[in-house]
Amino acid sequence: MHEDFEATSPGGPIAVAMSGGVDSSVVAGLLHRQGQQVIGLTMQLWNQRRLPELAVDGPTGRCCSIDDVYDARHVAQHLGIPYYVVNFEQRFEAQVVKPFIDEYLAGRTPIPCTLCNNFIKFDQFLEMAEGAGADRIATGHYARIAWNSGSGRWEMWRSVDRAKDQTYFLFGLTQAQLARTMFPLGGLEKPAVRELARELGIPTAEKPDSQEICFVPNGDYAAFIDSYFREQGISPANTRGELVTTDGRVAGEHAGVHHFTIGQRRGIGVAAGEPLYVIATEPATRRVIIGRKDALLRSSMRVHGVNWISIAPPAGPIRAEIKIRNKHAAAASSILPSSDSASVEITFDEPQRAVTPGQGAVFYSGDLVLGGGWIE
Amino acid sequence: MNRSYFDHNATTPVSPEVLEAMLPVMTEVYGNASSIHYFGQAARKKLDRARREVAAMLGVHVAGAKGADEIVFTSGGTESDNLALFGIARGGHAITTTIEHPAVLAACGQLASVTQVPVDARGLVDPEAIRRALTPATKIVSVMHANNETGVIQPITEIARIVREAGITMHSDGVQAAGKIPVNVRELRVDLYSISGHKFYAPKGVGALFVRKGTRLAPMMHGGHHEHDRRAGTENVSSAVALGRAAQWVIEEGPAEWARQQALRDRLEQSIVDRVPGVHVNGAGAPRTPNTSNIRFDGIDAEPLVIALDLKGFAVSSGSACSSGAAEPSHVLIAMGMTKEQARSSVRFSLGRSNTMEQVDALIDAVVECVVHVRKMAPAYA
Repeated sequence: MHEDFEATSPGGPIAVAMSGGVDSSVVAGLLHRQGQQVIGLTMQLWNQRRLPELAVDGPTGRCCSIDDVYDARHVAQHLGIPYYVVNFEQRFEAQVVKPFIDEYLAGRTPIPCTLCNNFIKFDQFLEMAEGAGADRIATGHYARIAWNSGSGRWEMWRSVDRAKDQTYFLFGLTQAQLARTMFPLGGLEKPAVRELARELGIPTAEKPDSQEICFVPNGDYAAFIDSYFREQGISPANTRGELVTTDGRVAGEHAGVHHFTIGQRRGIGVAAGEPLYVIATEPATRRVIIGRKDALLRSSMRVHGVNWISIAPPAGPIRAEIKIRNKHAAAASSILPSSDSASVEITFDEPQRAVTPGQGAVFYSGDLVLGGGWIE
Repeated sequence: MNRSYFDHNATTPVSPEVLEAMLPVMTEVYGNASSIHYFGQAARKKLDRARREVAAMLGVHVAGAKGADEIVFTSGGTESDNLALFGIARGGHAITTTIEHPAVLAACGQLASVTQVPVDARGLVDPEAIRRALTPATKIVSVMHANNETGVIQPITEIARIVREAGITMHSDGVQAAGKIPVNVRELRVDLYSISGHKFYAPKGVGALFVRKGTRLAPMMHGGHHEHDRRAGTENVSSAVALGRAAQWVIEEGPAEWARQQALRDRLEQSIVDRVPGVHVNGAGAPRTPNTSNIRFDGIDAEPLVIALDLKGFAVSSGSACSSGAAEPSHVLIAMGMTKEQARSSVRFSLGRSNTMEQVDALIDAVVECVVHVRKMAPAYA
């Protein structure tokens, strides 16, 4: 690595996407302390008055609750930076929430955070920030961006704090987006970020990290989907069907394919002598295939919508370590480009458990993020 | 940075003469206006004078004629609107329009039933549509005098004639009209008329409701016998004095200042229309308050434009703020037939006493520059 990840040449205004959490607050504080001209922007993504039946009592740590807006505003006031809340509700619903629901109903397991990064934060939010007069945006993501003058490309690297690394969700970033984006926390460990928050006097320094999908209370996405349909006056998606074992036996009924994710063990409702897992969902026939753990193993997969980040699209096969979900330990693999430049064929050196359509496949070479795409 | 304020429909600063009139009241004439002693009488005198001044601004107290007791001091526009609606129509049917301020719309939502009469593309209510909406259960008709977002002035006299002929109480929310255009509640023939001090250089937290003599209004606040039993609570004398002084200014200086602001507003509007392609003035076909201009810029989102202008020192607004502070597409513009996208691409400029020709010219340049920039960043604009 040959670039200083924290280098920030003084330039025009930087728009910081402030969620109200500690990480983005520290980003705003750090840049402000460096003497950069900082504009705080908070995206209003989802109206919390909607779907009231999902409301949960007490603090939720969800990113689009009104409390988080207050927190972000409080931090901006503390720092003395201009601050605005911008309305992305319509766009978020169209580009993230609806596709999220469609994917589940189609039997896939979507990643709304990646959709949000691809279609909201690093696309329309960046556009709005530039329209408002910012040169660049900065976010609290744990990832590193570096310019490689040899290859003439912006590279993305895993964050120094391996446990917090968010590159898995950032595989869609283009060269043009990377050129205008800063991740000032990529070189820091989380405890150091908390320490900085205290040092900067940030009023929310002790706020817990958020974990969930921001618009889905308690992570219950099936309840969210059902509520959303009720609100829209659409009869709840009827995807009820049969639970079928890998050897073709009907083992019972299920409440809808969107309640199941490949690799899931809980909530199957079939008693067996050994643990049973969801092996596949078949939306066309509404069947959910269940079986033993080793039936989850796959030795290859196809990935579409591939975006190459740190390297140019390869002409021939290359080696990489591939993550097939966020918490996955990247698996040694071979990537074979296909005639369609946006699709690749992946062969794992060792079969991998629960290769899940709709999830991302992100290609690494050590800490370098080569690119990524969507599992078919 | 030089900052200039073009958001006077949101609020105005307290003017020097208003501050001068109200400050000594807080520290010197501090009596309770209901007390019988010297201190109370001094406060009462200030309060009565303020009431006459407000009444005079609304055309109900001229040269010693009665009418001042038709003014009820309140905490502001929202309270005035709520008092009018709940004071007349609790449990009944109300007729209002699709372009009212939330203070009216949300209060109407608490009544037994409400009919919202639409507006045309210019933002105007058809008085005949009000007539058609009347039912035997209708207790009140509430139509705003001037709209906060477009400045469009409604034909209140015509509407009030129809409503009162039907024996129904007529209310008008005059919060955006008082202090911007001549208001005479007798000529308007309304029974109830709301005003808000901070929209015309008095402080926040004071307003008034005109209640025509003979109108049976139930109070919302229960307590002492203040304001002729129509609004309990110790009189806020200093704020009432401020409202009175602001009203006096309107009577004396208003018309000349309105003409000055209108010239600036027209210059702003004309220059933007001339220099920026794809621009429309919302409500241009209707009579409007002289200080307000609502402009739609094709193909852009007003949010970055408003932020960019703020960062350059120009305060303007778009839409209305939701609880988080984010802008929501204006229900007024949507009621005029615009799409959400068109409503989202509209910016409100509202002028006031502080604005100069130099500020307006600087604003014009900034708008031209920012619109070009935002359009460049948003490739959606073809």
